[in-house]
Amino acid sequence: MSVLPVLRRIVLLLAVPVLLVAAWWAATANSTDFFWPPLSDILGTFDDTWFHGRITSDVLPSLARLLAGYSLALLLGVGLGTAIGSARVLRALLEPSLEFFRAIPSPVLVPILMLFAGIGNGMKVLVIVSGCVWPVLLNTVEGVRALDEVLRDTARCYRMRPHSRFVHLVLRGASPQIAAGARQALSIGIILMVISEMFAASNGLGFTIIQFQRSFSVPQMWTGIILLGLIGIALSVVFQTVEARVLSWYTGLRRSQREG
Amino acid sequence: MTAAVTADPAGRDRDGRRRPAVPSWALGIAGLAGLMALAELVPRAGLVRERYLPPFSDMVSALADQAGTDAFWRALLETLRGWAIGLAIAMAAGVVLGIVIGGVPPLRAALTSTIEFLRPIPSVALIPLAVLLYGTQMRSTLLLVVYASFWQVLMQVLYGVQDVDPVARETARSYRFRPLTQVRTVIWPTALPYVMTGFRLGAAVALILEITGELVIGSPGLGRQIAVAQNSNAVPSMYALVIVVGLIGMLVNAAARAVERRALRWHPSVRREVVS
Repeated sequence: MSVLPVLRRIVLLLAVPVLLVAAWWAATANSTDFFWPPLSDILGTFDDTWFHGRITSDVLPSLARLLAGYSLALLLGVGLGTAIGSARVLRALLEPSLEFFRAIPSPVLVPILMLFAGIGNGMKVLVIVSGCVWPVLLNTVEGVRALDEVLRDTARCYRMRPHSRFVHLVLRGASPQIAAGARQALSIGIILMVISEMFAASNGLGFTIIQFQRSFSVPQMWTGIILLGLIGIALSVVFQTVEARVLSWYTGLRRSQREG
Repeated sequence: MTAAVTADPAGRDRDGRRRPAVPSWALGIAGLAGLMALAELVPRAGLVRERYLPPFSDMVSALADQAGTDAFWRALLETLRGWAIGLAIAMAAGVVLGIVIGGVPPLRAALTSTIEFLRPIPSVALIPLAVLLYGTQMRSTLLLVVYASFWQVLMQVLYGVQDVDPVARETARSYRFRPLTQVRTVIWPTALPYVMTGFRLGAAVALILEITGELVIGSPGLGRQIAVAQNSNAVPSMYALVIVVGLIGMLVNAAARAVERRALRWHPSVRREVVS
Protein backbone atom coordinates (compact mmCIF):
# COMPACT_ATOMS: atom_id res chain seq x y z
CA MET A 1 0.00 0.00 0.00
CA SER A 2 2.60 2.51 1.06
CA VAL A 3 5.00 1.54 -1.70
CA LEU A 4 2.90 3.10 -4.41
CA PRO A 5 2.99 6.75 -3.23
CA VAL A 6 6.72 6.53 -2.62
CA LEU A 7 7.21 5.06 -6.06
CA ARG A 8 5.06 7.80 -7.52
CA ARG A 9 7.18 10.48 -5.87
CA ILE A 10 10.39 8.93 -7.09
CA VAL A 11 9.00 8.73 -10.62
CA LEU A 12 7.87 12.39 -10.45
CA LEU A 13 11.26 13.42 -9.09
CA LEU A 14 13.35 11.63 -11.66
CA ALA A 15 11.21 11.27 -14.76
CA VAL A 16 11.90 14.62 -16.40
CA PRO A 17 15.61 14.87 -15.56
CA VAL A 18 16.16 11.34 -16.87
CA LEU A 19 14.17 12.13 -20.00
CA LEU A 20 16.18 15.32 -20.58
CA VAL A 21 19.51 13.57 -20.20
CA ALA A 22 18.30 10.77 -22.44
CA ALA A 23 17.18 13.31 -25.02
CA TRP A 24 20.58 15.02 -24.88
CA TRP A 25 22.28 11.65 -25.20
CA ALA A 26 20.12 10.61 -28.15
CA ALA A 27 20.27 13.97 -29.92
CA THR A 28 24.07 14.08 -29.85
CA ALA A 29 24.75 10.35 -30.09
CA ASN A 30 26.04 10.46 -33.65
CA SER A 31 26.78 14.15 -33.63
CA THR A 32 29.72 15.25 -35.69
CA ASP A 33 29.06 18.89 -34.86
CA PHE A 34 32.23 20.28 -33.38
CA PHE A 35 30.46 22.30 -30.70
CA TRP A 36 28.00 19.63 -29.60
CA PRO A 37 30.03 16.47 -29.05
CA PRO A 38 28.18 13.29 -28.06
CA LEU A 39 27.27 13.23 -24.38
CA SER A 40 29.01 9.89 -24.05
CA ASP A 41 32.29 11.53 -25.13
CA ILE A 42 31.82 14.33 -22.61
CA LEU A 43 31.18 11.95 -19.75
CA GLY A 44 34.05 9.78 -20.95
CA THR A 45 36.51 12.65 -20.65
CA PHE A 46 35.10 13.83 -17.31
CA ASP A 47 37.20 11.50 -15.20
CA ASP A 48 40.41 12.16 -17.13
CA THR A 49 39.88 15.88 -17.10
CA TRP A 50 39.12 16.50 -13.46
CA PHE A 51 39.98 13.59 -11.22
CA HIS A 52 43.69 13.35 -11.98
CA GLY A 53 45.14 16.31 -10.16
CA ARG A 54 42.82 19.11 -11.17
CA ILE A 55 40.61 18.64 -8.11
CA THR A 56 43.42 19.74 -5.80
CA SER A 57 45.12 22.16 -8.17
CA ASP A 58 42.05 24.00 -9.54
CA VAL A 59 38.74 23.12 -7.93
CA LEU A 60 39.76 23.29 -4.28
CA PRO A 61 41.62 26.62 -4.58
CA SER A 62 38.56 28.11 -6.27
CA LEU A 63 36.25 26.85 -3.56
CA ALA A 64 38.63 28.01 -0.82
CA ARG A 65 38.64 31.54 -2.25
CA LEU A 66 34.87 31.47 -2.51
CA LEU A 67 34.54 30.32 1.09
CA ALA A 68 36.98 32.95 2.36
CA GLY A 69 35.33 35.77 0.44
CA TYR A 70 31.82 34.68 1.29
CA SER A 71 32.43 34.35 5.03
CA LEU A 72 34.23 37.69 5.14
CA ALA A 73 31.33 39.30 3.31
CA LEU A 74 28.84 37.75 5.74
CA LEU A 75 30.76 39.02 8.76
CA LEU A 76 31.21 42.46 7.30
CA GLY A 77 27.66 42.73 6.02
CA VAL A 78 26.00 41.63 9.24
CA GLY A 79 28.32 43.73 11.40
CA LEU A 80 27.95 46.94 9.43
CA GLY A 81 24.30 46.20 8.73
CA THR A 82 23.33 46.00 12.39
CA ALA A 83 25.23 49.20 13.12
CA ILE A 84 23.64 51.09 10.24
CA GLY A 85 20.19 49.61 10.82
CA SER A 86 20.16 50.64 14.47
CA ALA A 87 21.15 54.27 14.01
CA ARG A 88 18.70 56.44 12.11
CA VAL A 89 21.14 59.22 11.30
CA LEU A 90 23.80 56.82 10.07
CA ARG A 91 21.25 55.07 7.92
CA ALA A 92 19.98 58.25 6.30
CA LEU A 93 23.55 59.41 5.77
CA LEU A 94 24.74 56.24 4.07
CA GLU A 95 21.68 54.86 2.30
CA PRO A 96 22.08 56.63 -1.10
CA SER A 97 25.78 55.81 -1.22
CA LEU A 98 25.09 52.17 -0.41
CA GLU A 99 22.40 52.01 -3.07
CA PHE A 100 24.94 53.29 -5.56
CA PHE A 101 27.53 50.68 -4.62
CA ARG A 102 24.98 47.95 -4.76
CA ALA A 103 23.86 49.06 -8.20
CA ILE A 104 27.36 48.66 -9.66
CA PRO A 105 27.47 45.22 -11.28
CA SER A 106 30.24 43.62 -9.25
CA PRO A 107 32.22 42.13 -12.17
CA VAL A 108 33.23 45.65 -13.27
CA LEU A 109 35.07 45.95 -9.97
CA VAL A 110 37.49 43.26 -11.12
CA PRO A 111 39.62 45.65 -13.22
CA ILE A 112 39.64 48.20 -10.39
CA LEU A 113 40.57 45.73 -7.71
CA MET A 114 43.30 44.35 -9.96
CA LEU A 115 44.97 47.76 -9.70
CA PHE A 116 45.05 47.58 -5.93
CA ALA A 117 45.61 43.94 -5.22
CA GLY A 118 47.36 42.62 -8.31
CA ILE A 119 46.20 39.29 -9.65
CA GLY A 120 46.83 37.03 -6.69
CA ASN A 121 44.51 35.25 -4.31
CA GLY A 122 43.92 38.50 -2.44
CA MET A 123 42.34 40.12 -5.48
CA LYS A 124 39.97 37.23 -6.03
CA VAL A 125 38.87 37.10 -2.42
CA LEU A 126 38.44 40.87 -2.45
CA VAL A 127 36.30 40.70 -5.60
CA ILE A 128 34.06 38.08 -3.99
CA VAL A 129 33.76 40.16 -0.82
CA SER A 130 32.99 43.33 -2.77
CA GLY A 131 30.16 41.63 -4.61
CA CYS A 132 28.68 39.53 -1.81
CA VAL A 133 28.66 42.17 0.90
CA TRP A 134 25.87 44.37 -0.54
CA PRO A 135 22.90 42.02 -0.49
CA VAL A 136 23.86 40.89 3.03
CA LEU A 137 24.40 44.45 4.23
CA LEU A 138 21.22 45.93 2.81
CA ASN A 139 19.06 43.02 3.93
CA THR A 140 20.52 43.21 7.42
CA VAL A 141 19.74 46.92 7.56
CA GLU A 142 16.15 46.22 6.53
CA GLY A 143 15.84 43.33 8.96
CA VAL A 144 17.16 45.31 11.91
CA ARG A 145 14.96 48.26 11.03
CA ALA A 146 11.83 46.12 10.82
CA LEU A 147 12.32 44.55 14.27
CA ASP A 148 9.11 44.17 16.20
CA GLU A 149 8.56 47.27 18.36
CA VAL A 150 6.90 45.22 21.08
CA LEU A 151 9.82 42.84 21.29
CA ARG A 152 12.20 45.76 21.42
CA ASP A 153 10.26 47.41 24.23
CA THR A 154 9.99 44.09 26.06
CA ALA A 155 13.72 43.60 25.89
CA ARG A 156 14.17 47.10 27.28
CA CYS A 157 11.68 46.50 30.11
CA TYR A 158 13.50 43.37 31.15
CA ARG A 159 16.73 45.32 31.03
CA MET A 160 18.46 42.80 28.84
CA ARG A 161 22.15 43.46 28.63
CA PRO A 162 23.43 44.92 25.36
CA HIS A 163 25.22 41.69 24.53
CA SER A 164 22.25 39.39 25.01
CA ARG A 165 19.94 41.90 23.39
CA PHE A 166 22.22 41.91 20.35
CA VAL A 167 22.30 38.12 20.13
CA HIS A 168 18.72 37.28 21.07
CA LEU A 169 16.78 40.26 19.78
CA VAL A 170 18.63 41.98 16.95
CA LEU A 171 20.40 39.07 15.28
CA ARG A 172 17.55 36.65 15.84
CA GLY A 173 14.91 39.05 14.64
CA ALA A 174 16.81 40.02 11.54
CA SER A 175 17.95 36.50 10.68
CA PRO A 176 15.21 35.69 8.12
CA GLN A 177 16.17 38.81 6.17
CA ILE A 178 19.87 38.10 6.62
CA ALA A 179 19.33 34.61 5.25
CA ALA A 180 17.57 36.05 2.19
CA GLY A 181 20.57 38.32 1.61
CA ALA A 182 23.02 35.49 2.18
CA ARG A 183 21.25 33.38 -0.41
CA GLN A 184 21.53 36.12 -3.03
CA ALA A 185 25.14 36.66 -2.05
CA LEU A 186 25.97 32.99 -2.57
CA SER A 187 24.95 32.96 -6.22
CA ILE A 188 26.78 36.27 -6.79
CA GLY A 189 29.81 34.75 -5.07
CA ILE A 190 29.91 31.78 -7.44
CA ILE A 191 29.66 34.11 -10.44
CA LEU A 192 32.50 36.26 -9.13
CA MET A 193 34.65 33.26 -8.30
CA VAL A 194 34.50 32.25 -11.95
CA ILE A 195 34.77 35.77 -13.40
CA SER A 196 37.80 36.76 -11.33
CA GLU A 197 39.61 33.66 -12.56
CA MET A 198 38.65 34.27 -16.16
CA PHE A 199 40.39 37.63 -16.00
CA ALA A 200 43.73 36.72 -14.65
CA ALA A 201 44.78 33.57 -12.91
CA SER A 202 47.11 30.65 -13.11
CA ASN A 203 44.71 28.15 -11.61
CA GLY A 204 41.06 27.73 -10.72
CA LEU A 205 37.87 26.55 -12.33
CA GLY A 206 37.19 29.67 -14.39
CA PHE A 207 40.76 29.75 -15.63
CA THR A 208 40.72 26.09 -16.65
CA ILE A 209 37.39 26.33 -18.46
CA ILE A 210 38.54 29.37 -20.43
CA GLN A 211 41.75 27.56 -21.31
CA PHE A 212 39.75 24.65 -22.69
CA GLN A 213 37.61 27.03 -24.71
CA ARG A 214 40.64 28.89 -26.11
CA SER A 215 42.31 25.64 -27.13
CA PHE A 216 39.04 24.38 -28.60
CA SER A 217 38.99 21.32 -26.34
CA VAL A 218 35.24 21.20 -26.62
CA PRO A 219 34.41 18.00 -24.69
CA GLN A 220 36.66 19.14 -21.84
CA MET A 221 34.97 22.53 -21.86
CA TRP A 222 31.61 20.81 -21.57
CA THR A 223 32.83 18.83 -18.57
CA GLY A 224 33.82 22.14 -17.00
CA ILE A 225 30.36 23.57 -17.57
CA ILE A 226 28.78 20.47 -16.06
CA LEU A 227 31.14 20.56 -13.09
CA LEU A 228 30.33 24.22 -12.43
CA GLY A 229 26.65 23.40 -12.59
CA LEU A 230 27.08 20.54 -10.12
CA ILE A 231 29.02 22.81 -7.75
CA GLY A 232 26.26 25.42 -7.97
CA ILE A 233 23.64 22.80 -7.15
CA ALA A 234 25.68 21.31 -4.30
CA LEU A 235 26.28 24.71 -2.70
CA SER A 236 22.62 25.62 -2.91
CA VAL A 237 21.66 22.30 -1.27
CA VAL A 238 24.16 22.96 1.54
CA PHE A 239 22.78 26.48 1.97
CA GLN A 240 19.19 25.27 2.11
CA THR A 241 20.07 22.64 4.70
CA VAL A 242 21.81 25.17 6.92
CA GLU A 243 19.03 27.71 6.44
CA ALA A 244 16.31 25.17 7.26
CA ARG A 245 18.10 24.31 10.49
CA VAL A 246 18.92 27.86 11.58
CA LEU A 247 15.52 29.27 10.67
CA SER A 248 13.40 26.30 11.76
CA TRP A 249 11.78 28.48 14.45
CA TYR A 250 10.81 31.01 11.82
CA THR A 251 9.37 28.63 9.22
CA GLY A 252 7.41 26.92 11.98
CA LEU A 253 6.06 30.26 13.14
CA ARG A 254 5.05 31.24 9.62
CA ARG A 255 3.32 27.94 9.04
CA SER A 256 1.30 28.19 12.24
CA GLN A 257 0.35 31.79 11.41
CA ARG A 258 -0.81 30.74 7.98
CA GLU A 259 -2.91 27.90 9.27
CA GLY A 260 -4.23 29.74 12.32
CA MET B 1 28.32 46.28 20.64
CA THR B 2 27.84 49.79 19.35
CA ALA B 3 24.83 48.54 17.45
CA ALA B 4 23.07 47.46 20.61
CA VAL B 5 23.90 50.72 22.37
CA THR B 6 22.54 52.92 19.62
CA ALA B 7 19.46 50.73 19.41
CA ASP B 8 18.61 51.93 22.90
CA PRO B 9 17.49 55.49 22.38
CA ALA B 10 14.84 55.49 25.14
CA GLY B 11 12.20 56.95 22.85
CA ARG B 12 14.60 59.22 21.09
CA ASP B 13 14.15 57.28 17.89
CA ARG B 14 10.42 57.82 17.89
CA ASP B 15 10.89 61.42 18.86
CA GLY B 16 13.47 61.92 16.19
CA ARG B 17 11.15 60.56 13.60
CA ARG B 18 8.38 62.97 14.49
CA ARG B 19 10.45 66.13 14.16
CA PRO B 20 13.78 65.18 12.65
CA ALA B 21 16.44 67.81 13.08
CA VAL B 22 17.70 67.19 9.54
CA PRO B 23 15.47 65.53 6.92
CA SER B 24 16.82 62.20 5.75
CA TRP B 25 17.18 63.21 2.10
CA ALA B 26 19.52 66.02 3.17
CA LEU B 27 21.56 63.55 5.19
CA GLY B 28 21.68 61.26 2.16
CA ILE B 29 22.99 64.04 -0.03
CA ALA B 30 25.50 64.90 2.67
CA GLY B 31 26.60 61.27 2.66
CA LEU B 32 27.09 61.29 -1.11
CA ALA B 33 28.96 64.58 -0.94
CA GLY B 34 31.16 63.14 1.79
CA LEU B 35 31.91 60.13 -0.39
CA MET B 36 32.91 62.39 -3.30
CA ALA B 37 35.07 64.53 -1.04
CA LEU B 38 36.73 61.40 0.30
CA ALA B 39 37.40 60.17 -3.24
CA GLU B 40 38.94 63.57 -3.98
CA LEU B 41 41.02 63.99 -0.85
CA VAL B 42 42.40 60.51 -0.27
CA PRO B 43 44.44 60.38 -3.50
CA ARG B 44 45.37 64.08 -3.26
CA ALA B 45 46.71 63.53 0.23
CA GLY B 46 48.78 60.66 -1.10
CA LEU B 47 47.12 57.98 1.01
CA VAL B 48 46.53 55.93 -2.14
CA ARG B 49 48.60 56.13 -5.27
CA GLU B 50 46.91 58.24 -7.92
CA ARG B 51 47.61 55.46 -10.39
CA TYR B 52 45.18 53.31 -8.44
CA LEU B 53 42.55 55.80 -7.36
CA PRO B 54 42.56 59.08 -9.27
CA PRO B 55 40.97 62.09 -7.54
CA PHE B 56 37.24 62.40 -8.07
CA SER B 57 37.63 65.54 -10.20
CA ASP B 58 39.80 63.57 -12.64
CA MET B 59 37.07 60.97 -12.93
CA VAL B 60 34.51 63.69 -13.65
CA SER B 61 36.63 65.28 -16.35
CA ALA B 62 37.29 61.86 -17.86
CA LEU B 63 33.56 61.32 -17.86
CA ALA B 64 33.04 64.66 -19.59
CA ASP B 65 35.62 63.63 -22.22
CA GLN B 66 33.82 60.34 -22.68
CA ALA B 67 30.45 62.02 -23.03
CA GLY B 68 31.85 64.00 -25.96
CA THR B 69 32.66 60.88 -27.95
CA ASP B 70 30.38 58.94 -30.22
CA ALA B 71 31.76 55.62 -29.04
CA PHE B 72 30.53 56.20 -25.51
CA TRP B 73 26.96 56.89 -26.54
CA ARG B 74 26.93 53.99 -28.95
CA ALA B 75 28.21 51.68 -26.21
CA LEU B 76 25.60 53.00 -23.80
CA LEU B 77 22.89 52.32 -26.34
CA GLU B 78 24.20 48.83 -27.07
CA THR B 79 24.20 48.01 -23.37
CA LEU B 80 20.67 49.28 -22.84
CA ARG B 81 19.43 47.52 -25.95
CA GLY B 82 20.94 44.17 -24.97
CA TRP B 83 19.54 44.55 -21.48
CA ALA B 84 16.04 45.41 -22.68
CA ILE B 85 15.85 42.62 -25.27
CA GLY B 86 17.19 40.04 -22.85
CA LEU B 87 14.84 41.11 -20.10
CA ALA B 88 11.85 41.14 -22.47
CA ILE B 89 12.55 37.60 -23.68
CA ALA B 90 13.09 36.36 -20.12
CA MET B 91 9.89 38.06 -18.92
CA ALA B 92 7.76 36.64 -21.73
CA ALA B 93 9.15 33.12 -21.39
CA GLY B 94 9.09 33.22 -17.59
CA VAL B 95 5.51 34.46 -17.30
CA VAL B 96 4.05 32.11 -19.91
CA LEU B 97 5.91 29.03 -18.71
CA GLY B 98 5.31 29.94 -15.08
CA ILE B 99 1.56 30.19 -15.54
CA VAL B 100 1.39 27.00 -17.58
CA ILE B 101 3.58 24.99 -15.21
CA GLY B 102 2.04 26.47 -12.08
CA GLY B 103 -1.51 26.11 -13.35
CA VAL B 104 -1.25 22.42 -14.23
CA PRO B 105 -0.46 20.54 -10.98
CA PRO B 106 0.83 17.29 -12.56
CA LEU B 107 3.19 19.28 -14.77
CA ARG B 108 4.38 21.22 -11.77
CA ALA B 109 5.00 18.07 -9.75
CA ALA B 110 6.94 16.53 -12.61
CA LEU B 111 9.06 19.60 -13.31
CA THR B 112 9.87 20.80 -9.78
CA SER B 113 12.99 18.67 -9.44
CA THR B 114 14.25 19.73 -12.87
CA ILE B 115 13.75 23.41 -12.07
CA GLU B 116 15.43 23.08 -8.69
CA PHE B 117 18.27 21.35 -10.48
CA LEU B 118 18.77 23.81 -13.33
CA ARG B 119 18.24 27.04 -11.39
CA PRO B 120 21.43 27.11 -9.30
CA ILE B 121 23.66 26.47 -12.32
CA PRO B 122 25.67 29.67 -12.45
CA SER B 123 25.04 31.60 -15.65
CA VAL B 124 28.74 32.32 -16.13
CA ALA B 125 29.24 28.60 -16.72
CA LEU B 126 27.70 29.28 -20.12
CA ILE B 127 30.28 31.91 -21.09
CA PRO B 128 32.67 29.54 -22.91
CA LEU B 129 29.80 27.91 -24.75
CA ALA B 130 28.38 31.28 -25.76
CA VAL B 131 31.78 32.39 -27.04
CA LEU B 132 32.23 29.26 -29.11
CA LEU B 133 28.74 29.46 -30.55
CA TYR B 134 28.41 33.17 -31.27
CA GLY B 135 31.88 34.65 -30.88
CA THR B 136 31.85 38.23 -29.64
CA GLN B 137 28.49 39.10 -31.13
CA MET B 138 25.75 40.61 -29.05
CA ARG B 139 23.93 37.27 -29.14
CA SER B 140 26.46 35.54 -26.89
CA THR B 141 25.82 38.08 -24.14
CA LEU B 142 22.10 37.88 -24.79
CA LEU B 143 22.21 34.16 -24.07
CA LEU B 144 23.66 34.84 -20.61
CA VAL B 145 21.21 37.65 -19.89
CA VAL B 146 18.17 35.61 -20.84
CA TYR B 147 19.34 32.52 -18.97
CA ALA B 148 20.06 34.41 -15.75
CA SER B 149 16.96 36.58 -15.59
CA PHE B 150 14.61 33.85 -16.81
CA TRP B 151 14.98 31.89 -13.57
CA GLN B 152 14.29 34.95 -11.44
CA VAL B 153 11.04 35.60 -13.28
CA LEU B 154 9.97 31.95 -13.48
CA MET B 155 10.46 31.30 -9.77
CA GLN B 156 8.42 34.34 -8.78
CA VAL B 157 5.60 33.48 -11.18
CA LEU B 158 5.51 29.94 -9.79
CA TYR B 159 5.24 31.30 -6.23
CA GLY B 160 2.52 33.68 -7.40
CA VAL B 161 0.42 30.99 -9.08
CA GLN B 162 0.76 28.84 -5.98
CA ASP B 163 -0.57 31.69 -3.86
CA VAL B 164 -3.98 31.76 -5.60
CA ASP B 165 -6.85 31.56 -3.11
CA PRO B 166 -8.26 28.00 -3.33
CA VAL B 167 -11.82 29.30 -2.86
CA ALA B 168 -11.46 31.66 -5.81
CA ARG B 169 -10.00 28.86 -7.89
CA GLU B 170 -12.82 26.48 -6.97
CA THR B 171 -15.40 29.17 -7.63
CA ALA B 172 -14.02 29.80 -11.08
CA ARG B 173 -14.06 26.11 -11.74
CA SER B 174 -17.66 25.75 -10.53
CA TYR B 175 -18.75 28.50 -12.87
CA ARG B 176 -16.90 26.69 -15.64
CA PHE B 177 -14.66 29.58 -16.53
CA ARG B 178 -12.62 28.75 -19.57
CA PRO B 179 -8.90 28.21 -18.91
CA LEU B 180 -7.96 31.57 -20.43
CA THR B 181 -10.65 33.40 -18.47
CA GLN B 182 -9.41 31.68 -15.33
CA VAL B 183 -5.91 32.86 -16.03
CA ARG B 184 -7.10 36.40 -16.68
CA THR B 185 -9.49 36.81 -13.75
CA VAL B 186 -8.12 34.54 -11.03
CA ILE B 187 -4.50 33.64 -11.55
CA TRP B 188 -3.15 36.84 -13.09
CA PRO B 189 -4.30 39.31 -10.41
CA THR B 190 -2.89 37.09 -7.66
CA ALA B 191 0.34 36.49 -9.46
CA LEU B 192 0.90 40.08 -10.56
CA PRO B 193 2.72 41.26 -7.42
CA TYR B 194 5.03 38.27 -7.75
CA VAL B 195 5.50 38.93 -11.46
CA MET B 196 6.52 42.47 -10.57
CA THR B 197 9.01 41.24 -7.98
CA GLY B 198 10.38 38.91 -10.64
CA PHE B 199 10.61 41.85 -13.02
CA ARG B 200 12.56 43.90 -10.50
CA LEU B 201 14.97 41.08 -9.64
CA GLY B 202 15.29 40.09 -13.29
CA ALA B 203 16.03 43.66 -14.36
CA ALA B 204 18.93 43.92 -11.91
CA VAL B 205 20.33 40.50 -12.79
CA ALA B 206 19.99 41.18 -16.52
CA LEU B 207 22.08 44.34 -16.19
CA ILE B 208 24.77 42.51 -14.22
CA LEU B 209 25.03 39.77 -16.83
CA GLU B 210 24.89 42.24 -19.73
CA ILE B 211 27.87 44.16 -18.37
CA THR B 212 29.68 40.96 -17.39
CA GLY B 213 29.22 39.51 -20.83
CA GLU B 214 30.54 42.66 -22.47
CA LEU B 215 33.48 42.76 -20.09
CA VAL B 216 34.50 39.11 -20.38
CA ILE B 217 33.33 38.14 -23.84
CA GLY B 218 33.92 41.49 -25.49
CA SER B 219 30.54 42.03 -27.10
CA PRO B 220 29.87 45.71 -27.80
CA GLY B 221 28.75 47.89 -24.90
CA LEU B 222 29.92 49.75 -21.81
CA GLY B 223 31.52 46.63 -20.36
CA ARG B 224 33.84 46.38 -23.33
CA GLN B 225 34.67 50.07 -22.99
CA ILE B 226 35.74 49.36 -19.42
CA ALA B 227 37.94 46.50 -20.60
CA VAL B 228 39.45 48.76 -23.27
CA ALA B 229 40.13 51.50 -20.71
CA GLN B 230 41.75 48.96 -18.44
CA ASN B 231 44.00 47.59 -21.16
CA SER B 232 45.11 51.06 -22.22
CA ASN B 233 45.75 52.07 -18.60
CA ALA B 234 43.21 54.90 -18.77
CA VAL B 235 42.41 54.63 -15.08
CA PRO B 236 40.23 57.77 -14.72
CA SER B 237 38.12 56.72 -17.74
CA MET B 238 37.73 53.28 -16.24
CA TYR B 239 36.44 54.77 -12.99
CA ALA B 240 34.19 57.14 -14.93
CA LEU B 241 32.64 54.23 -16.84
CA VAL B 242 32.16 52.23 -13.65
CA ILE B 243 30.34 55.22 -12.16
CA VAL B 244 28.13 55.42 -15.26
CA VAL B 245 27.32 51.72 -14.95
CA GLY B 246 26.45 52.23 -11.28
CA LEU B 247 24.16 55.12 -12.17
CA ILE B 248 22.43 52.98 -14.80
CA GLY B 249 21.99 50.31 -12.17
CA MET B 250 20.37 52.81 -9.81
CA LEU B 251 18.10 54.08 -12.58
CA VAL B 252 17.09 50.53 -13.48
CA ASN B 253 16.23 49.81 -9.84
CA ALA B 254 14.25 53.03 -9.50
CA ALA B 255 12.42 52.48 -12.80
CA ALA B 256 11.54 48.90 -11.88
CA ARG B 257 10.16 50.10 -8.56
CA ALA B 258 8.10 52.78 -10.31
CA VAL B 259 6.68 50.25 -12.78
CA GLU B 260 5.87 47.96 -9.88
CA ARG B 261 3.99 50.66 -7.97
CA ARG B 262 2.15 51.75 -11.06
CA ALA B 263 1.05 48.23 -12.03
CA LEU B 264 0.02 47.44 -8.47
CA ARG B 265 -1.79 50.68 -7.63
CA TRP B 266 -4.86 48.66 -6.72
CA HIS B 267 -2.98 46.17 -4.57
CA PRO B 268 -3.33 46.44 -0.77
CA SER B 269 0.43 46.39 -0.17
CA VAL B 270 0.92 49.55 -2.23
CA ARG B 271 -2.24 51.26 -1.02
CA ARG B 272 -1.30 50.75 2.60
CA GLU B 273 2.08 52.34 2.00
CA VAL B 274 0.44 55.43 0.55
CA VAL B 275 -2.00 55.77 3.44
CA SER B 276 0.52 55.42 6.23
